Amino acid sequence: MEEKFIFSGKYKFVSLLLILTGLIAVVAGFFVYHDHGSRFWANFLMNTTYFNAIALCGVVFIAVHMLGNSGWQVSIQRVPEAMSMFLPVSGFLMLVILAGLWFNFHHLYHWAHPDPHDTILELKKGYLNIPFFSIRTIIYIAGWIIFARILRKISVLQDNNNDLKYFKKSTVYAALFIVFFAITSSTSAWDWLMSIDAHWYSTMYGWYIFSGLFVSGTAVIILLVLFLKGAGYMKHVNKEHLHDLGKYLFGFSIFWTYLWFSQYLLIWYGNIPEETAYYVPRLDEYRNLFFINLGVNFIFPFLALMTRNSKRQPWILAMVSVVAFIGHWIDYYLIVMPGTMGAEAGIGFFEIGMTLGYIGMFLFVVFWGLTKASLVPENHPYYKESMEYHTQY
Amino acid sequence: MYVSPVREPLIKGGKNYSKVTEDITRPILTKPGKLWFFGITISSIAAVIGLIAMFITVRDGIGRWGVNRTIGWGWGITNLVWWIGIGHAGTFISAILLLFRQKWRTSINRSAEAMTIFAVMCAGVFPLLHMGRLPLAYFIFPYPNTRGLWVNFNSPLLWDVFAISTYFLVSLLFWYTGLIPDIATMRDKIKNKFIKPIYSFLSFGWKGSARHWSRHESMSLILAGLAAPLVLSVHSIVSMDFATSVIPGWHTTIFPPYFVSGAIFSGFAMVLTLMIVARKAMNIEQYITVGHIESMNKIIIATGSIVGIAYITELFMAWYSGNIYERFAFYNRAFGPYWWAYWIMMTCNVITPQLFWFRKLRRNVVFTFVVSIFINIGMWFERFVIIVTSLHRDFLPSSWSMYKPTLIEVAIFTGTLGIFFTLFFLFIRIFPVVAMAEVKGILKTSGEKTKH
Repeated sequence: MEEKFIFSGKYKFVSLLLILTGLIAVVAGFFVYHDHGSRFWANFLMNTTYFNAIALCGVVFIAVHMLGNSGWQVSIQRVPEAMSMFLPVSGFLMLVILAGLWFNFHHLYHWAHPDPHDTILELKKGYLNIPFFSIRTIIYIAGWIIFARILRKISVLQDNNNDLKYFKKSTVYAALFIVFFAITSSTSAWDWLMSIDAHWYSTMYGWYIFSGLFVSGTAVIILLVLFLKGAGYMKHVNKEHLHDLGKYLFGFSIFWTYLWFSQYLLIWYGNIPEETAYYVPRLDEYRNLFFINLGVNFIFPFLALMTRNSKRQPWILAMVSVVAFIGHWIDYYLIVMPGTMGAEAGIGFFEIGMTLGYIGMFLFVVFWGLTKASLVPENHPYYKESMEYHTQY
Repeated sequence: MYVSPVREPLIKGGKNYSKVTEDITRPILTKPGKLWFFGITISSIAAVIGLIAMFITVRDGIGRWGVNRTIGWGWGITNLVWWIGIGHAGTFISAILLLFRQKWRTSINRSAEAMTIFAVMCAGVFPLLHMGRLPLAYFIFPYPNTRGLWVNFNSPLLWDVFAISTYFLVSLLFWYTGLIPDIATMRDKIKNKFIKPIYSFLSFGWKGSARHWSRHESMSLILAGLAAPLVLSVHSIVSMDFATSVIPGWHTTIFPPYFVSGAIFSGFAMVLTLMIVARKAMNIEQYITVGHIESMNKIIIATGSIVGIAYITELFMAWYSGNIYERFAFYNRAFGPYWWAYWIMMTCNVITPQLFWFRKLRRNVVFTFVVSIFINIGMWFERFVIIVTSLHRDFLPSSWSMYKPTLIEVAIFTGTLGIFFTLFFLFIRIFPVVAMAEVKGILKTSGEKTKH
């Protein structure tokens, strides 16, 4: 049962229009804001890391299910696979930020030009220096892209050959990827995001970023699956698949809150100035967003997806996914902006336009990725389990 | 529901329903063997020794322990955290694995949940004793009283009271709900006219009607939903006993998820230690197969690696913080007077589970048994390292001190091990050690087909 996605002119038009919107916003911002591009770079970093996380979630989703020997997700597997094809784009954009660090285009990371009297940054110099930072960044990007490509390639090869060896091979690569990811997800979060507030540190940080990655990635998977279903593809995806995706969104939203709250509580309770320094500007200058963040990422999905029926209802699921997508965008905003823009940041045409541009790029790549192979990996050994998927709870 | 032929059967030996009942109830219906008497004798002796040591502690006070002004928490809290952690496997298996529809859990959930309950009971001993005045232990509960006393709701120690008591209650309910159909089976099987009424009473009049089953299953699912957050919350709150302080080595934000992962890690190690022996001794190897052991070993690699990453993250952040006290705390952990405890912890918890990446090793029963013992030891040392090495050299070098447990403390710990194993030995003689009803539920889809 081969099924191919057709990247029609309509979809091309919409995604290119979104990209164009982003470009217009960037150009307009150049004329409107006279801040030497600091607003541009802050948004650039925020969107690149956010969309990179979503693309990376595609690989994580495939790998963890492979290792967990799970069968239900096989029939939607091509969606996260296509998402992972955005990694080269986000990786390239990250390299632009890296180049900016070498050639002083931006001041996103103040550790790059430390005050000579700053003893704390002096103590961190062994880790926070431009050459080592660049090496690490390149390792992360290269590693993720290589693993994503290998897993995708094996999965597509399997379409023409129902030998079990592909299944076994991909399990091995999934395990290798997870080990690589377990380390790099934390270190990349420290490097790219935590080091914006270079004096501050939190051991939880890497896992916190990971939990956000899984929520926003799942939300995007749900939206893409529902979109494909709406467009007449993937008829085999039934309410059980949606229910399971909804459970992920529900569960990991709570998990994200758990990590958010644990980090906040412990820092609040300890009340050590070095640590509270992170929350003070966020509570002073970003007070509204700070609480909105909790509302949209915890209270809303928690209440909206609580019942069994809501997880099986496509429109509720779609609505919660959109909110979660915006919610985690806000989370990234709160992560990046206070350290890069201080109190100057806002949310205007520039932020929205630029994010729409990223959405356009992401959709373009994902749609293009979906056309590259059948929408169902029919030789997967768990294919039939996923096609005939029903359960009593 | 279709099951791919690639999957390994979960129940071996071409069982049918009556064979399952026969195999699982046999240990209860027959007389116990020599091995059982030997085991329960040893563990009861240990329990009695522990009870004597507990009595001495209550009679004389905490002065009988090795703790001092600098190191206020020693073996007592180490053991508390260790036992609470052991309990987590049971809740994880019955709640989270139920929600994830992992069918292999049906063979081990019963005994793992029993372990949870016994482990929490053992854990409870330590804070009660450490309060010093046992008869006043009820002061920890907030209720209107004429003494003018009120508890401190800002203290994580109080949160522990609620977290652990809720945990115990929900685990007990969960375990018992699952037991009801199996107790009913026992009621029907047992001939002895004195014991039969007891099982009959305990089975709550279970008839196995469709309505009973429907309610039973929704009840299980609701309890699973309630227990799933408990898996995370209990050990998170235990970790906050340490992490809310400002002591380097204790105050770190990764503690809650890292403690939870460590707890599941140690819990699965204990399940493996017990079940590898039990499956052999009780002749239930076709129910707890090598496949089950492999699955548990996979959880051990996952949680063990998370714990390993947490150790290294803590170590790195201590350096990265640029805070000299943080840096010293971790340097002192690895190279101070308690260096040996740190390296035992690192070897047992980080290195040994990594060997399970090899399929041959994770399917090797003897090897798994040895590693599970290593992990039990390693996880005990983890708590010891966190508690003692962080405390013994504090901000004021004149009050630096060393800690050595007294014989009384060792005896109490041995005693809780004795209580735990005594209860477990009794459990396997009284209740079906494998959830018969649940195993029967997966037999059609995941049982090995008989050769006709």
